Amino acid sequence: MSDKKIPSPKTYKFDTLSLHAGYQPHKNAGSRQVPIYQTTSYLFDDVDHAAALFNLERGGHIYSRISNPTVGVLEERVASLEGGTAALATSSGMSAIFLAVMTLCEAGDHLVVSSQLYGGTVNLFRLTLPKFGIKCTFVKPRDTKGFKKAIQKNTKGIFGELVGNPGNEIMNMPEIAKIAHEAGIPLMVDATYQTPYLCKPFEHGADIVIHSLTKWMAGHGSSMAGILVEGGKFDWMQNDKFPTMTKPYEGYHGLSFAEEFGPTAFTMKARAEGMRDFGPCLSPQNAWNVLQGIETLSVRMKKHCSNAEEMVKYLLGHESVAWVSHPSVPDHPDHELAKQLLPNGRGSMIAFGIKGGKDAGVEFINNVKLASHLANVGDTRTLVIHPASGTHSQMDEATLKFAGLSHDMIRLSVGIEDIDDIKNDFEIGFRAARKPRLVSNQ
Amino acid sequence: MKFKVNGHEVFASTGGRPFDKNKPLIIFVHGSGLTHMTWVLQTRYFAFHGYSVLALDMPGHGLSSGYSLKSIEDMADWVSNVIDAVGYKEASLVGHSQGCLVTIECTSRYPNKIKTLSLMGGAGAIPMNPELLALAENNDPKAVDLMMDWAHGPAGHFGGHPVPGLYHINTGGMLAKSRTIKDTLGVDFRACDNYKNGFEAAKKIKIPTLSILATDDKMCPVKEGKKLADLIKGSKVDIIDNCGHMMLLEEADRVLKVLKNFIIINYPAKNI
Repeated sequence: MSDKKIPSPKTYKFDTLSLHAGYQPHKNAGSRQVPIYQTTSYLFDDVDHAAALFNLERGGHIYSRISNPTVGVLEERVASLEGGTAALATSSGMSAIFLAVMTLCEAGDHLVVSSQLYGGTVNLFRLTLPKFGIKCTFVKPRDTKGFKKAIQKNTKGIFGELVGNPGNEIMNMPEIAKIAHEAGIPLMVDATYQTPYLCKPFEHGADIVIHSLTKWMAGHGSSMAGILVEGGKFDWMQNDKFPTMTKPYEGYHGLSFAEEFGPTAFTMKARAEGMRDFGPCLSPQNAWNVLQGIETLSVRMKKHCSNAEEMVKYLLGHESVAWVSHPSVPDHPDHELAKQLLPNGRGSMIAFGIKGGKDAGVEFINNVKLASHLANVGDTRTLVIHPASGTHSQMDEATLKFAGLSHDMIRLSVGIEDIDDIKNDFEIGFRAARKPRLVSNQ
Repeated sequence: MKFKVNGHEVFASTGGRPFDKNKPLIIFVHGSGLTHMTWVLQTRYFAFHGYSVLALDMPGHGLSSGYSLKSIEDMADWVSNVIDAVGYKEASLVGHSQGCLVTIECTSRYPNKIKTLSLMGGAGAIPMNPELLALAENNDPKAVDLMMDWAHGPAGHFGGHPVPGLYHINTGGMLAKSRTIKDTLGVDFRACDNYKNGFEAAKKIKIPTLSILATDDKMCPVKEGKKLADLIKGSKVDIIDNCGHMMLLEEADRVLKVLKNFIIINYPAKNI
């Protein structure tokens, strides 16, 4: 190293990583595009090579349930964008959450979980995980002290959506991370709504980040995929809470994941154990589709966010709208926190209440033409749903209330169409929604 | 495994296999501010193929207790003490970057103890840029970011880790930030900068020696590595194209293949 003046680090930045990270063309026949390795398995050079791969002596691929080169590019790309050490892609966001929990917990363990979650996630924590002996205590996302109170001796982690689905309540991630770390447990954050373009949870204390890549990351409504990403800072050896990370593991000749792999231990265990035993692998075709989406992530997210802000203004001034929830609204309870955590934009999910309640909501949904009524978010196209009768319909009345849902709520995922066309479409929906009320008033 | 040297607890990875005193010993010495984990794609192979392996966390680094040693000479003596502490009379040494300075000095001081020497990204001297040194000594994370930038070749900057899903630069950065930067990287950089005996030490080495160098290594360029290798009689040199200073991760398989061929011939294990 010479005595020259020091420049700033020249590691690649977000937009460049979105296009290039995780892939070297010269190692892939010069193919500029990431090849789709549509294969189940990989030739071993010899018996010694096979043994080396199975023993984790060398890196490489054995069987596409465990890893695949196309999926591997996606994993590295998302890890690079998040500022993480490693990532593991799965067949869906739900399987990523399940894999994260099963990597962390055993029967008899406990998790503290934010109450405002996607309905499927609520059911996983409330009904399914207890069948595996893993219990959960739900805490409202704004009740930061409640997270601390809910921690028990056998608590192995805190889980939440950074911005809750569908009510847009924001977890105070830095404060909740402190609570988790004081208790010697990791904070797991589902940051699907944000993507790393809007927020990098590792910079705010999260230890594991989960995405449903199906949404904004892939962005085009074509492919299911999920991913868990490891921050690499959490010290698994600081206490005796995580013996499956720190003690010799029988499944790999007495390997201690924490000792051997340190900042990538969680991902290594999730892959070596979880993908081997549960097998929620991502298809290489879907990985490739997601990679196409990520190439334009920042371009799309800018448009999603600017359209969302326009829609917020439009809805706030509309006679048919009772209330609007979006972190950009100054009277949103988390407006200031959103400025801190989401500096590049507040996201494109809006919840609003339609005057006339449930019946008006149904009419609105049934009459919009451009906006698609479906159970997804984060498509390039504008999407709408009535959670109480759709995504969260499996919840009883009390659970709906605890999750912050109301019968008049419409969940809107703002797309990147021309903003005037979205507004015009909503006018059609609102006109239809007003009709039954006018009739009943006569 | 954990053991004590000079009254302080030392952690060393045994490559995922139990430490067995009946097998020949290979000791891996990491670079500035890093830990035993940089060696994971080399150590496990040897541990499963007839060797006892110790990938050390130097004092004050990784999972080892105590304080970082302030000179390369002290580190060289400490590595010799490790060999004694685990009940061996001899060992084969493998070093990366600063670990090369340590293992060169150790080999020259204890010629009867060291049986082979393997150097990766090594040079006879590693003078530090004063501003980088100041950043590290002032606990500035920019020192780590710069080190990760320079330590990876152009190809390595894109990723392509041999272990699926791992991202080189962030993993290396996290290792270097796992303890207080000024107490690890800062002390190590100063020790490298102060060390002037590399070329003289190299002249005394008479054992089989291997240098693995990389064409895109900005931290210990090929010409510096060759200058060092030329001073060691019979030294073998292997140069990896399209690779930077973190060759043990960027081109882990190539490094393992070269290292394996060298050690198996010059320090054979019974069970291969």
